[in-house]
Amino acid sequence: MEINHSPAQNTEVFPGTVMDLPGGGVVTSSFQDLINWARSNSLWPLTFATSCCGIEMMSTASAKYDFSRFGFEVARATPRQADVIIIAGTIVNKMAPVLKRLYDQMADPKYVIAMGACAISGGPFFYNTYSVVKGADHIIPVDVYIPGCPPRPEALLHALITLQEKIKSGLTREQIREQSTNPLV
Amino acid sequence: MDMELLKAYFSALEPLASFEEGGEWLMVQVPAENWKNIAPKLITERNFDFLFCVTCVDFKTHLTMVYHLRSMQTDETVVIKIQLNRDQPEVATVSDIWRTAEFHEREAFEMFGVQFTGHPDLRKLILPDDFEGFPMRKDFEDPINMIKL
Amino acid sequence: MYSETTIVTPEASQQPLQEGQLVINVGPQHPATHGVLHLVITLEGETIIKIEPHLGYIHRSIEKMSESLTYRQFIYVTSRMDYLSAHINNLACAMCVEKGMQLEVPERAQVIRILMSELTRIASHELWIGAMAMDLGAFTPFFYTFRERETINDIMEQTCGARLTMNYMVPGGVMYDLHPEFVARVKSFVAQFKSKVSELEDLVTDNIIFRNRTVGVGVLSKEDAISYGCTGPVARASGVDGDIRKRFPYSGYEKLQFEQCLDTAGDSFARYIVRIREMYQSIHIIEQLIDAIPDGDFQAKTKAVIKLPKGEFYTRVETARGELGVYIVSEGATTPYRIKYRSPGFSNLSALNHMAKGSKIGDLMATMGTLDLVIPDIDR
Repeated sequence: MEINHSPAQNTEVFPGTVMDLPGGGVVTSSFQDLINWARSNSLWPLTFATSCCGIEMMSTASAKYDFSRFGFEVARATPRQADVIIIAGTIVNKMAPVLKRLYDQMADPKYVIAMGACAISGGPFFYNTYSVVKGADHIIPVDVYIPGCPPRPEALLHALITLQEKIKSGLTREQIREQSTNPLV
Repeated sequence: MDMELLKAYFSALEPLASFEEGGEWLMVQVPAENWKNIAPKLITERNFDFLFCVTCVDFKTHLTMVYHLRSMQTDETVVIKIQLNRDQPEVATVSDIWRTAEFHEREAFEMFGVQFTGHPDLRKLILPDDFEGFPMRKDFEDPINMIKL
Repeated sequence: MYSETTIVTPEASQQPLQEGQLVINVGPQHPATHGVLHLVITLEGETIIKIEPHLGYIHRSIEKMSESLTYRQFIYVTSRMDYLSAHINNLACAMCVEKGMQLEVPERAQVIRILMSELTRIASHELWIGAMAMDLGAFTPFFYTFRERETINDIMEQTCGARLTMNYMVPGGVMYDLHPEFVARVKSFVAQFKSKVSELEDLVTDNIIFRNRTVGVGVLSKEDAISYGCTGPVARASGVDGDIRKRFPYSGYEKLQFEQCLDTAGDSFARYIVRIREMYQSIHIIEQLIDAIPDGDFQAKTKAVIKLPKGEFYTRVETARGELGVYIVSEGATTPYRIKYRSPGFSNLSALNHMAKGSKIGDLMATMGTLDLVIPDIDR
């Protein structure tokens, strides 16, 4: 079995190479691949919904477009237990320090998804507003962006799967930062 | 017509009141100093017990406070306008008569700078505490945040 | 620019704390506040002494922004204001522009507008039941109510093109004609609703825990409701009969037969029951109209660039939360001079301190849940 990085053909396989030996088989893998595989399949989101995109996030959590089949079951309101923060909604100047504080309270490794046009760049509130932050990545670093106003639940699911792919291939900001500081990894 | 009866009532109540034409409801212009005396009589004599909209409009030479009042029993509606000086806009509060005015007047204070004398708690409601300026005024400029089209 | 958030001290809240009192913050990020509402609560033990709402965490300066948008463009920003009754918000703005232009809307457009508004009202109440039950600890009704809500979203998507913020109302009528499958799908939805909502009632209405937590909690009297400016189901549960669809009918509601749902108790359970009965009344309205949609134009002819004459115009509609008023002051240009949105949540929230004083923290969740607040509607 080989690790296949292209999303179009990726079937869910356990990362590693199997060697058939008399008396059984042995799987060899690297720690990093194993840890990435385990982390990506159980990301716990923090429910951070400020406006309309929050309703589409709730739709994704409910029975029709269930996102707990991908491992996002435990969506709690406390940042201490969360892995990924889904910024669903507009960020305004008064809310910006609150968002930064929540992000700082999350434990490493943490990932960020910016959902909706408002979180990407200010959205429909870009021109002539005095109180909107024009994009959540002015405040915290973002891994995945989802366009739409609001994006469909299927788009949010696609983004969650893309984040999982990104983690498995070691390309999130978190992992790149770790690799550059820790040469043994 | 009911509008004529209301006009007569207001002329009797406040001799300095003037009326505006056009629009579906009676629009009464009242001087700012006498608003405190007129307001309690509106609720006891004519039963205007539902204050449903408190606005401020910035015409570039002056500010105007607009109060929309309605009676729950008879469905009569009247619009009261008060012209204020732009440099020192002050008017009496009505939050002890209609409790809904408490939040609405706080919003008019932070957006336009109108001082409501007698208000129990006049602070910023929606804007951040360290915001400078009155954003809904026509001469508000914010080159950092506002990107003009 | 992004300074630290200020910690609220007793001096800042303008009343010195006495011995044994404690100030806690609920929100802005909290699962039960339905958006970003920050409540500063002064407690003595578990009893609430005072509640102070801090707003502005989603203030997107919609009123200032609308002063530079044309009369066709500003309507769609209001879908984002109270996103659970998006059609009804757009309808209020379109009606205000039509009032200024003195434009007649064709009958087919009026009937389509009522159908979309009533479907939106049902969807909003369904989501509210799910979210409120979740606040009180019951997770199952959330999934049951989203089942009906998804059916409505699919119907909307087929005709309007979007699920949540469908920009469908224009000055003069509606943007597209109904999809050919619309009537059949709505009829099957009505049948589904009638058979499935009894499950929901068994789960929630007759549940002894739910009743104990909501009966007698957060009482609002009739005079207080009028004085605080409360409208919608909050006021109707206290006995105030101010439904805009009955008092000042618009867009064809005067030809329909439906009842206003009133209650006199004024507590949280009364507000819940009023909304359940309103859903049944909305189904009744849909049934009256769905077989008799008149033929004709779905949009009246208007000029490409709309200019309102000098003056001021006010329209009001009944959203799922209460009375939404749109007040436009126009100076004759292509953009409005001043727009003010009289939002229902703003006045409903001002009654929260009065209703929750003296009760416990657990009761606060029931009271706040039944007020049905959508915070972007309050902050605009």
